[in-house]
Amino acid sequence: MASDDIYILGINMTKFGKHPDKDSIDLGAEAAMAALADGGVTMADMGILAAGNLLGSPGFGQSLQKQIGQTGIPVYNVANACATGATALRTVVMAIKAGECDMGLAVGVEKLSGAGLLGGSGKKKSDDDTWTPDGRFGAVASTDGRIGTQNMPGVFAQVGMEYGHKYGGTSFELFARISEKNHNHSTLNPLAAYSKSMPLEQIMGDMMIAYPNTRPMCSANCDGGAAAVLVSGEKLKSLSDEQQRRAVKIRASVLTSDPWQDGCQILPDVNTLTRMAANQAYETASVGPEDLDLVELHDCFATAELVHYDNLMLCDEGGAVDFFESGKPFRDGERPVNVSGGLQSKGHPISATGIANVWEVCHHLRNEAGDRQIEGARIGLAHVIGLGSACGVHILESSAA
Amino acid sequence: MSETATQIPHVDYLVLGDSPHLVANECTSCASRYFDRRNACAKCFGSDFTKAEVPTAGEVTAFTIVAFAAPGVPTPFVAAVVDCDGTQVRGNIINCEPDADHVSLGMQVELATYSLGTDSAGTEAIGFGFQPM
Repeated sequence: MASDDIYILGINMTKFGKHPDKDSIDLGAEAAMAALADGGVTMADMGILAAGNLLGSPGFGQSLQKQIGQTGIPVYNVANACATGATALRTVVMAIKAGECDMGLAVGVEKLSGAGLLGGSGKKKSDDDTWTPDGRFGAVASTDGRIGTQNMPGVFAQVGMEYGHKYGGTSFELFARISEKNHNHSTLNPLAAYSKSMPLEQIMGDMMIAYPNTRPMCSANCDGGAAAVLVSGEKLKSLSDEQQRRAVKIRASVLTSDPWQDGCQILPDVNTLTRMAANQAYETASVGPEDLDLVELHDCFATAELVHYDNLMLCDEGGAVDFFESGKPFRDGERPVNVSGGLQSKGHPISATGIANVWEVCHHLRNEAGDRQIEGARIGLAHVIGLGSACGVHILESSAA
Repeated sequence: MSETATQIPHVDYLVLGDSPHLVANECTSCASRYFDRRNACAKCFGSDFTKAEVPTAGEVTAFTIVAFAAPGVPTPFVAAVVDCDGTQVRGNIINCEPDADHVSLGMQVELATYSLGTDSAGTEAIGFGFQPM
């Protein structure tokens, strides 16, 4: 192993779902302590903590330290919408790369059960009973629902529909079948919030949220935490054979924001920054999409999964529908996508997601995924998008010979 | 004239009058268009803008039918992106049944206005959407 490589030494995700008796700190502590134990290290070994929790109180990282270990190390409380977890990971990667420390901890947690719709708000501007222009659009009344939609299911529905308009081949049923695939995958994941397969008719017949996304085609709001311990290659050399064998190499760690594109301030462009991140990651890792044994991508809605087949270049440009129809993204296919069940069934506790998807990939690369193990998996990719936007892509490789 | 004096647009980029239309802030160096108040151009970083009239007819390039929205937002409604001869515009599809049989990708639409109601001073707010052509 090269000294300047960075590895995941320990990693953990909690069961995703409803945790009414645990607060954010409990979930963070559970994931962090398990990740430290998984890596065979303690808080005393950590040189940095990067922590994300969007909906809790400020200073989550310090609150977590007060429960699991106050050692005086720098804490970075990070926030990047749904890419918060990946941003925490990336922060630790940068600190180790910069030589500031040789080990660090990244944690992401969210309590989201029963949160309902995210994005947008029907809140009336304080209607003192005269129309008064306000804000950057000089609006006299709320624009959500009157000038398009700001809620997430509606935004991502349009993202999928836009792809359909550009390349053709999409339909309500096609998007529902993508969801059917992920719900089927989830049956093998004991940590998923929902692990039931769902027939296509049930998915299509469920409550419509924002056409063409019905409720089971939307990411599941739930509680959960995830944490990872990262180590430098140099430090890893001094650790045990077992730690070295289970360590997962970070071949690429990339974070992008959305570059200006025509129309990107009308409908968020989640494509260009993902493609940029993927290109950078493939180049850094010196691998191509054809080398990936599994992919965990950000299927916050069924309509989003389709466009990311294309953005991550798992198919030719414009070929996402054909890619799906070919069976490749199914768990027994050539390029399994979201074998965890994806966000639609595993769940999407926002800040945990960008570490939990890395956990899923590591689980397979360590050959520890049990019933859902992708046999012989050596290289995997984890992708996450936070609307606004931020995109994280990590390419990971097994250390085992 | 007396009628328009008592009207106010929902947003400041909607111009009322005999032929209602949208007006964009166009960057004088790269021609990128925006609808919000600008500090600078996100594409070329220039900070000089001019007002540009946006064509009122266009093509639906993306839409969704929102059935479940935040409290206070009436549903269902059709949210869409309309390509008005090269300028992307966000707006609802109105004067049209909000279902997948009546709304389609590639549909031709045109700007239409409607009343949001009248305030206590007698001023009527006018909103916009796009209706099938």
